[in-house]
Amino acid sequence: MSVTLPPGIQPIGEQPERKRPASGGRPRPARLSPADILHVGSAGLRTRPLRVALSSFGIAIGIATMIAVVGISASTQAKLAHQLDALGTNLLVASPGQSLFSGDTVKLPADAAGRVSRIDGVEQVGATGSTDQTARRSEKIPAEENSGIAVQAAGPQLLTVLRAQMGSGRWLNAATARYPAVVLGDVSARRLGVVAPGEQIWIGHRSFTVIGILAPVPLAPEIERSALVGWSAAQTWLGFDGHPTSVYERSSDSTVDSVRNLIPRTLDPQAPQDVEVSDPSAALQAKAATEGAFNTLLLGLGAIALLVGGIGVANTMIISVLERRFEIGLRRALGATRGQIRIQFVTESLLLSGLGGVTGVALGAAATGIYAHSSALPWVVPSWAIGGGLGATLLIGTIAGLYPAVRAARLSPTLALHAT
Amino acid sequence: MSTLQNQAVIELEKVTKVYPGGVTALGGVDLVVRTGELVGIVGPSGSGKSTLLHIIGTLDRPSSGSVAIAGHDVATLSDRELSGLRAQHVGFVFQAFHLVPGVSARDNVAEGLLYSGLSRATRRRAAVAALERVGLGDRLNHRPHELSGGQKQRVAIARAVVGEPDLLLADEPTGALDSASGEAVMDLLHDLGREGATIVVITHDGEIARQLPRQVRVRDGLVVADTRLESTAQATRRTVTTAVLGDPA
Repeated sequence: MSVTLPPGIQPIGEQPERKRPASGGRPRPARLSPADILHVGSAGLRTRPLRVALSSFGIAIGIATMIAVVGISASTQAKLAHQLDALGTNLLVASPGQSLFSGDTVKLPADAAGRVSRIDGVEQVGATGSTDQTARRSEKIPAEENSGIAVQAAGPQLLTVLRAQMGSGRWLNAATARYPAVVLGDVSARRLGVVAPGEQIWIGHRSFTVIGILAPVPLAPEIERSALVGWSAAQTWLGFDGHPTSVYERSSDSTVDSVRNLIPRTLDPQAPQDVEVSDPSAALQAKAATEGAFNTLLLGLGAIALLVGGIGVANTMIISVLERRFEIGLRRALGATRGQIRIQFVTESLLLSGLGGVTGVALGAAATGIYAHSSALPWVVPSWAIGGGLGATLLIGTIAGLYPAVRAARLSPTLALHAT
Repeated sequence: MSTLQNQAVIELEKVTKVYPGGVTALGGVDLVVRTGELVGIVGPSGSGKSTLLHIIGTLDRPSSGSVAIAGHDVATLSDRELSGLRAQHVGFVFQAFHLVPGVSARDNVAEGLLYSGLSRATRRRAAVAALERVGLGDRLNHRPHELSGGQKQRVAIARAVVGEPDLLLADEPTGALDSASGEAVMDLLHDLGREGATIVVITHDGEIARQLPRQVRVRDGLVVADTRLESTAQATRRTVTTAVLGDPA
């Protein structure tokens, strides 16, 4: 050992801020900078990586579950909202209700579509009219087996109003509407076993040629289950009386409410209460709300996992304090105040649970991503869920760390000297 | 070190310590240690020297009597202020070293300044200087498990002196070391003492105590002898006994 340096412990020149307090001034403990708090708080974690991984994993599972539950429902909702946007919420359907007095089903006037189209704000109108005929694969099949398919007369504008697409073949035009031609909804086509246009089916008392099959129509499930024939063809061969049973109309978004009020009076000025007006998008919105609702049970499971994770962190912290009594004594001897010991252990606990929280958010977002990808949903993880998840871990970290930290701070500073 | 020579760093007056349960560890100790002194507090196990160390180090408070460390009356200070006092004025060396495992020698020494309010860069620079001072300038990045026992204790001494404390308290600094390492550690303490540091060494080892310029013997909670060497030259070790009961060794 060489002593080559001048007297005085060591000339440490570059410490102008270090001045001895005048004797008589009360000694004041220095503050720890945030960086130092972080350094001290993470020191215990760096030397015990396995324990850190295991105890933060509990928190991670809880947060991941909650993020995934919220994320998957948000993704589902986003898809339905997107779908609603595409279909529009400005479609209304008018149909005859039951007469208030006689109880009989009333009829809409034959020129109902024309009347509705003259209401302010109405942009497109289409109509269907029920016939009491059945559609069958062939005449060999008894008339009672109608497969739940409604045979309806369809106005030419129906396709446009519903924003429906043809799956294959063509829609009725002015020519085919006067001939025994039929367009099938996709459900009807499946039930009848029709795979391509060109086949013949039996309606009423004669065969009709399938000229087209519709793609699914989410706003009008009843159309998916129909066989649609032209207005005049229905009157010619199917005994259709020419009175529509559903009038579909689209108006501008701002006039939906006023149109809704005007339709009954326009169609039946004498008994407007006998006309029913419904909003098919309302059903879809309700569907979005239910399918998008959180699975509360899973959310509860996530919360329990989080609680157990928090208990795990508290446990780890208590053990950590017991194991590090000498370190605590040493720090007290080096000049740490009780508050500084407390904040060291609270920081350690916060880091432990925060690490679990960040891992959990990443895992939950990844799980949502995988689910969304496999179900063709948009990948949505709401920021409030991420913020809430991280906030919850910080809360848990503080609560889990507080008791061990208070215990650590209460330990006697003579501990380090007891050790051997 | 303090600008005033012969200023008292430790002033104990009629200090007693009674632990809950009625054990009297100290029965009225008067002790004054002045700036620049190198003092050994010697006594067998159970003599009260550990309690004395706790009280001098402001880790514990006396049951009665007054304690002033570096001019501060301990009784008037809060726990927070005592922490500040330790951070600024007292350095500790422990028998079991208490280095942080897995952390380099330099960072271990820098930890000694953590509660001093200095910036991290300054702490690290000071740590390097202190390690060079104890002869470990080539071991800056070694971690405790890569150092011998003697080297560990020198790192611990560097940590204790890095803040230039007014008082260095060493509790059985050679207790966990073989005799060669122990001698090297004592040599280092002697060097620091010659440079003007005020050092109190607590030991039960009479051999070590005999080498120190001043020896305070403690038995049954009382100071039984306070002996000074006229000169630190160990060849001519003439002693002046000032104690009442004579030299028990």
